[in-house]
Amino acid sequence: MKFGRRQFIGTTVGAAAALSAPAVLGQARPRVVVIGGGAGGATAARYVAKDSKGAIDVTLIEPTRRYYTCFFSNLYIGGFHEMAALGHGYGKLASDYGVNVLHDYAIGVDRGAKTVALAGGGSVPYDRLILSPGIDFKEGSVPGWDLTSQNAMPHAYKGGTQAELLKAQVEAMPEGGVFCMVAPPNPYRCPPGPYERVSMVAHVLKARNPTAKILIVDPKPKFSKQALFEEGWQDHYAGMVDRIGPDFGGDVVEVRPDSMEVVIDGTVEKVDVCNVIPAMKAGHIAALAGVTDEAGWAPVVPASMQSRMDENIHVLGDAAQQGDMPKSGFAANSQAKVCAMAVRAALTGSKVFPAKFSNTCWSLIETDDGVKVGATYKPTEEKIAKVDGFISQTGEAAGLRKRTYEESIGWYAGITADMFG
Amino acid sequence: MRSLAAAMAFTLAVAAGAAAETVGDAERGVDVFRKCSACHQVGKSAINRVGPHLNGVFGRTAGTVERFKYSKHMQRASADGLVWTYETLDAFLENPKSMVSATRMNFQGLKKAQDRADVLAYLRRFSDNPRDIPESEPTLRLDDPNLDPAVLTLEGDPDYGEYLSSECTTCHQADGSNQGIPPITNWPHENFVVAMHAYKQQLRPHPVMRMVAGRLSDEEIAALAAYFGGLE
Repeated sequence: MKFGRRQFIGTTVGAAAALSAPAVLGQARPRVVVIGGGAGGATAARYVAKDSKGAIDVTLIEPTRRYYTCFFSNLYIGGFHEMAALGHGYGKLASDYGVNVLHDYAIGVDRGAKTVALAGGGSVPYDRLILSPGIDFKEGSVPGWDLTSQNAMPHAYKGGTQAELLKAQVEAMPEGGVFCMVAPPNPYRCPPGPYERVSMVAHVLKARNPTAKILIVDPKPKFSKQALFEEGWQDHYAGMVDRIGPDFGGDVVEVRPDSMEVVIDGTVEKVDVCNVIPAMKAGHIAALAGVTDEAGWAPVVPASMQSRMDENIHVLGDAAQQGDMPKSGFAANSQAKVCAMAVRAALTGSKVFPAKFSNTCWSLIETDDGVKVGATYKPTEEKIAKVDGFISQTGEAAGLRKRTYEESIGWYAGITADMFG
Repeated sequence: MRSLAAAMAFTLAVAAGAAAETVGDAERGVDVFRKCSACHQVGKSAINRVGPHLNGVFGRTAGTVERFKYSKHMQRASADGLVWTYETLDAFLENPKSMVSATRMNFQGLKKAQDRADVLAYLRRFSDNPRDIPESEPTLRLDDPNLDPAVLTLEGDPDYGEYLSSECTTCHQADGSNQGIPPITNWPHENFVVAMHAYKQQLRPHPVMRMVAGRLSDEEIAALAAYFGGLE
């Protein structure tokens, strides 16, 4: 093997990094603990384990034994995907990559002792902690709604059971009934998600219940891929979808789960299904670890995804407050790889390459009518900054839209293989 | 705003192109076309043979001649929006597989720029609008899409390629399978490099690939080619 300039630089950087981490050198194997086994956490665990080739001890803490992706759950609601196809196990991370998969809840982080406490009673030590807990909901953000109302008015915004519940409710709607969505304020997970969901619900209702109506109550003046969705709703579901923005009181909403009523700027609407997507914050463990700000998100250093409050903690995906990237599975997966590289470099002195981030979000509007938006990003001192981007155009040919949808299926296979091995 | 910016970019490109080069010699192009005529016909009575007829090829979306059965790869390029312009035809004729990976057009390519310019000048006689002004669309020449030969021989660092590859494997399968997104493992080095530069230079049509390739340096493309080329 050649000893090129790049390898030489890599070795030098490695030596410097190793010198600055004497505590780690003293023990057998440095320990990385990952909390959360989704697009950010599973990817980070796999890449740290894979690329360190056994030099780092990796533990993944994830309560569910089978993970149901939130991405593509709208396609399940629309009848394009089986729920079973959205479930993924952690067996390969354990067997092929040597990750210690702990099915338990992390309930606290002792940053001084560098340990994570588990609901099951034990605790695990770390040299670096990677937090990828996704989102939780802000209490009181939609007056009248709390977690005890989530059966009457599902959020269906965490994948799995809630998506199954919402789908069943849509299919059981009375003829000519009303589906209402209370859309979330920015920032939130999956910016086009609520509007893709409306498309999928419209697709179901068009076939089963064509006189039904969809009402979106939205606190935001505009939303992701708006022109594309509005064109699609007009083309495929004319007259079915109405959206009330903040101009008409979409930001002043209260729900009454017992009577299935939505009060919009003082006007009471009786609805049959109500999908309440509340305001969001970083998954609660991030707040317990003390790495969130007043807004409820965890600020990070762009080049490494390290918390700005603790250099031994990294935060990925939806929970991170990083700059221009949207909160998406693709983005979390992208950030996880940059983070894995930074963590390995800090613990074992491996090479550091320039961080590159990217994201693409596909949405399905109707059968074979897929659209996408994407961008590339780079770290600056201040934030992860957008470099370049694209978006599907209105009026595109049917063949291109079909191809875009097929590509999204390929992406799902790609990212899940990248997460779970 | 977006469309205004696009219109201005187009105007600038046309102005730059007009000042650049003129098209080839259509008479010489008649001779060059003999290399194509075993499979393609052009002119009044042209019909589809092994390849589709070439009447009106300029400005046409790839893979859209009626009653011609195209390869899957050409159909995909078509769906992605590949349109035959002077630039895309020039790149395709130089190395068909740089533009459409597994096209059935089994042709090694016209390596001499003059041959391509000449045959395209000949073909434009069978495309409309405006056919009698050599410096205008569709045969107007914009930037030369050729690659510096040094770019093709750049030796890539597979370790760097492995890191960069993590951006690719969000969509493409590392095991080389095709589950809706084309495989990128085990390509011959040069084909990989040329294809990536065709995206980078906005010749191949796919927006995600244009964006991803657009910010890769020559060294990074070589590194990715080295890494993916060496995967089992």
